[in-house]
Amino acid sequence: MMIKLQAKDITFSYNSHPILDNVNFEIAPARLVTIVGPNGSGKSTLIKCIDRIVSPQKGSILIDRKDVTRMSRRDVARYLSYVPQSSVRVFPTNVFDTILMGRRPHIGWLGSDDDEVKVWDVLRLLNIERLAMSNFNELSGGQQQKVPNARALVQEAEVMLLDEPTNNLDHWHQLDGMNINRDVVRKREMTALMALHDLNLASTFSDRIIMMKKGKIVAAGDPTSVITAENIASVYRVQAAVRIMSDRPMIMPLQQIREGRA
Amino acid sequence: MIGFKTVFFRGKNGNGQSKARRAGKKSGMELAHDKFKFVRLFFVLAIFAMLILLTGIIITLGPLNISVPDAYSALLALFWPEYFQVETLTSRVVWNIRFPRIVGGMMAGFGLGICGCVMQAVLKNPLASPFTLGITAGAQFGISIAAVAGFTLLGGPYFIVGNAFVFALLCSLFIIALAAIKGATSENLVLAGIAVNYFFTAISQLLKYFASDEQLRLMTNWGMGDLAAFSWANSRLLLVIFLICFPLLMSKSWDLNIMTAGDEAAKSIGVDAEKTRIFIMVITSLLVATIVCFMGTIAFVGLVAPHMARMVIGGDHRFLIPASGVLGALVLISADAVGMNLIAPTIIPTGIMTSIVGVPFFMYLMMKGKRKEFWT
Repeated sequence: MMIKLQAKDITFSYNSHPILDNVNFEIAPARLVTIVGPNGSGKSTLIKCIDRIVSPQKGSILIDRKDVTRMSRRDVARYLSYVPQSSVRVFPTNVFDTILMGRRPHIGWLGSDDDEVKVWDVLRLLNIERLAMSNFNELSGGQQQKVPNARALVQEAEVMLLDEPTNNLDHWHQLDGMNINRDVVRKREMTALMALHDLNLASTFSDRIIMMKKGKIVAAGDPTSVITAENIASVYRVQAAVRIMSDRPMIMPLQQIREGRA
Repeated sequence: MIGFKTVFFRGKNGNGQSKARRAGKKSGMELAHDKFKFVRLFFVLAIFAMLILLTGIIITLGPLNISVPDAYSALLALFWPEYFQVETLTSRVVWNIRFPRIVGGMMAGFGLGICGCVMQAVLKNPLASPFTLGITAGAQFGISIAAVAGFTLLGGPYFIVGNAFVFALLCSLFIIALAAIKGATSENLVLAGIAVNYFFTAISQLLKYFASDEQLRLMTNWGMGDLAAFSWANSRLLLVIFLICFPLLMSKSWDLNIMTAGDEAAKSIGVDAEKTRIFIMVITSLLVATIVCFMGTIAFVGLVAPHMARMVIGGDHRFLIPASGVLGALVLISADAVGMNLIAPTIIPTGIMTSIVGVPFFMYLMMKGKRKEFWT
């Protein structure tokens, strides 16, 4: 099997408080993979470790068998792009300029027409061309979430990391965002790895799901094998009903499991 | 438009599909974007032209009557004496009295403007400026120490600038450390700046209390003065430091654009946020220290010039840095011109005038500014 992204023995602790404990996985090219897990399971930290936003104490990240941990930041940015969970802009910047920043790993000081063309292409792809000259801070939540996504796309890295891209979005915008990212993975043969809270969204859109608990991977595979009532009970401490709809497992949480604790 | 496009947005040829679309019709948004880029460049050039125009006008103000054409002739006569002739008296007044003060004002305003601009970007803080973060106070203190220690007689201006730089840098590093530990919120940084300000001002005053007359004179000459202290003799060091710092800051334009989006985003696009922040703070400390040495503490320009520029041209630092600098220079020399002539022959110190003239103007921009700024 071809491997696009490989994580080896990723271990990270914050103030000697372990967050990730020997995490290992391999992802094939052109897949959309989601990481799910309860709050504090280390999803976001894992994504940040992969992009070297935080440095793991141990372990390595390989893309096409090249070690990311030994690359310069600029080189890493050519292989990996990242969509943060929330983006706050202190200063007024228009959407176009914000997205153009994603071209930074590829361009010189002057910038070029080509870079601008790429920004317009992505703006059209995400259907936000009409917002190009709007101020980022004046956009609605759904529109704001698309801007860092667009910035990551113009970066043209082969692997895109997303940290809870559907947070705070209504159903329409959640589906919109997920559809766009799935289409991009298919058409551009990119690999996307996203941390996601919503199990049903993960199940609907993912090729593979990684389920984490307390900094460890407890299950991984296609949605039907990971999203099971047993896994949800042991990882989330929630009793849930799981039904298959259009070949994908959908869950309905029923009640908390309080194993002895009051 | 052609010159502008070729200079600033030179593209690779080829890439058939996009070129074809480029040659074809542009969407309304693309046209709007082209217009925005044009306005942005036009604004930078226009304020630069205004600076040259204002120089000529300010030279004419004063007891000796000099016309605007004469002012320019006197300036150009130095370079092309065969084409421009002026009376010796006019030439002397322009070159020895009026122009040096304007050049000093321009350098101080430009320097403080660009420092404020880049500091705001790396700290993601609209209230950051050399003054509000206490860096000018640190530089001022360095000058007092140098004067009291008396090494000035040995090392000359380089020692004083060096000393001011060391203490300005100390303040900057304190700010960076604080931002790293407690988070770089506006409130934290400005509170720290106020504390640093009071601390160093108090110690400077303490030093004055114990200083001899000679040392007191040195302290006053170096830094406590205003633009009157500027002369051609000390402009050389200032110019050299400008010529080093300005290109260095400009070369970081893209990184600064990205830094305003937050450290995580910056790192993921390939910018080492921590390194860039320290690099920028070291460079600005050097610039601020030099300006404080020769022109004293001028509070208001560094905070306001970048906001004025941002309201018009947005957040691209390739344009924002020079625009902040030129606007800073404009504000400072206009304020100084008013201070020189308002109740002549009494001269109101530069620092006081920049605040008196600048604050109402800033208020006006706040109320009328078209682009939404952080406080709206």
